[in-house]
Amino acid sequence: MSAKEPNASSEKNGPAVRVSSLSKSFGKQPVLKEVSLEVARGETLSILGRSGTGKSVLLKLMIGLDKPDSGSICVYGEEVTKMPPDQLNEVRKKIGFLFQQAALYDSLTVEENVAFPLRRHTKMSGAQRDKRVRELLASVGMDGDVHKMPAEISGGMQKRAGLARALALDPEILLFDEPTAGLDPITAAEIDDLILRLHKERHVASVVVTHDIQTARAISDRLALMRDGEILMEGTFEDLKRSSDPFVAKFLNGS
Amino acid sequence: MTVHLALFAFIFAMAYTASTLDHPGSVSTGGNPVVKFFEWFGNLTVFFGRVIRAAVTPPYEVREFVHQFDELGSKSLPLVALAGAATGVVITLSTRDSLIRFGAKSFLPAVVVFSIIKESGPIITALVVSGRAAAGIGAELSAMKVTEQIDAMEASAVNPYRFLVATRILACMLMLPLLTLVADFFGIIMGWVANTAAEPISLRLFIHDGFKNVMFSDLFPPTLKTAIFGFLIGVISCFQGMRATGGTEGVERAATSSVILASLFIIVADVLLVRLILVFYS
Repeated sequence: MSAKEPNASSEKNGPAVRVSSLSKSFGKQPVLKEVSLEVARGETLSILGRSGTGKSVLLKLMIGLDKPDSGSICVYGEEVTKMPPDQLNEVRKKIGFLFQQAALYDSLTVEENVAFPLRRHTKMSGAQRDKRVRELLASVGMDGDVHKMPAEISGGMQKRAGLARALALDPEILLFDEPTAGLDPITAAEIDDLILRLHKERHVASVVVTHDIQTARAISDRLALMRDGEILMEGTFEDLKRSSDPFVAKFLNGS
Repeated sequence: MTVHLALFAFIFAMAYTASTLDHPGSVSTGGNPVVKFFEWFGNLTVFFGRVIRAAVTPPYEVREFVHQFDELGSKSLPLVALAGAATGVVITLSTRDSLIRFGAKSFLPAVVVFSIIKESGPIITALVVSGRAAAGIGAELSAMKVTEQIDAMEASAVNPYRFLVATRILACMLMLPLLTLVADFFGIIMGWVANTAAEPISLRLFIHDGFKNVMFSDLFPPTLKTAIFGFLIGVISCFQGMRATGGTEGVERAATSSVILASLFIIVADVLLVRLILVFYS
């Protein structure tokens, strides 16, 4: 299945991620209202919605960057919302996160960025690590520019490098926050292909937050459409297309 | 009594400053500056608790600490040396004139040495470093925060309080006393140069006269108290940086408020520390 040996927690059956009745508000502003969804192992789920509907917040809650007000999130059957920090870090090592602006460390070169998680969490020697970094960067189509600083490469390249960093620890789950936002259509299509290819090679479960219907259609097995902090509809692209809901139709056709 | 009143007035002024520098978007219960100050202070305490918890548990980030220590020292050294030198010159020039009037010119080396090692050196160093390092740390961490780099670090199972914050605070604490000695050195040497320009005196004699009555307690406690200034610089700038929100403007606000608050806290802490040192060493 996974590129990594399945360990004790992932041997349990059940979905990779299960979110149930999750609520979150900032001050008096509710962002997520009783959201429930499941991501099966090896499945790619896209969460669609307009900006500001709580999609990114949902993603951040999944990896424990913020705490929900109520509800639960289970990753391979383990509840992450109330986990102590050390245990949470063990779960985080199984998850790769690609941030919207890639979030590469400014002060490190592209290569050092990808090496960062390896340096922290593995006992690889310098040579082994260098080899692994090269492999990872090659797998996202980056051969040159590895000694440059993040500010010196293009947005598309930053996304690739961010993806290489997210893949460093062989994650079993990948979370993508707007992987193609701010990219030109050609680069966006390349990133889509890359995500699809990685998915085929690694069989990871992926959650993709996006407002780009093309991306969602190209890469996902299932889609969930969010509106005002709630899941409006869930299903394949064809299911959504058949829906009679005016908002769904409007979102899919962009008009 | 007057000192206490003045202190209270000063602390209230700081409370007000801290509250006006507060970030919009942080959890706030209202516009009352006193309430906001206590909120700020409460958040700072929670923040510090997290840093301590992170810092005392392994893995220890020795590499990053050494990197920060080196960075802080190499970037602040020229500024501190220059500020120390200028202070030495200024003290010599202005005191020389007064001492001549009192017929006490021979005390000049001692006056220069005492005023530099006991107060001018430490406080000038702390203020210069707070301008240099607090702005740097505040800007760096806040930029990392608003571009999600801190989230990215946390998502890759690295505790940013341990990796970014604890290392910087410790680097500030250990570097400040060393930088203070540098400022002291340049201050005294340039004090001698300024004095010699007016009336030649050998460096040997200047040093001998200057340090004749210096005791352990004149140099050691004032130099070590700068570790506390370093602690304030580190904690405040990291705190302001880590809680930044709102893009470029948030970065600007974090950098500015780091410098202002760190400088203010240093000055107030100095009042308390000077008093405390007198209690133990007089």
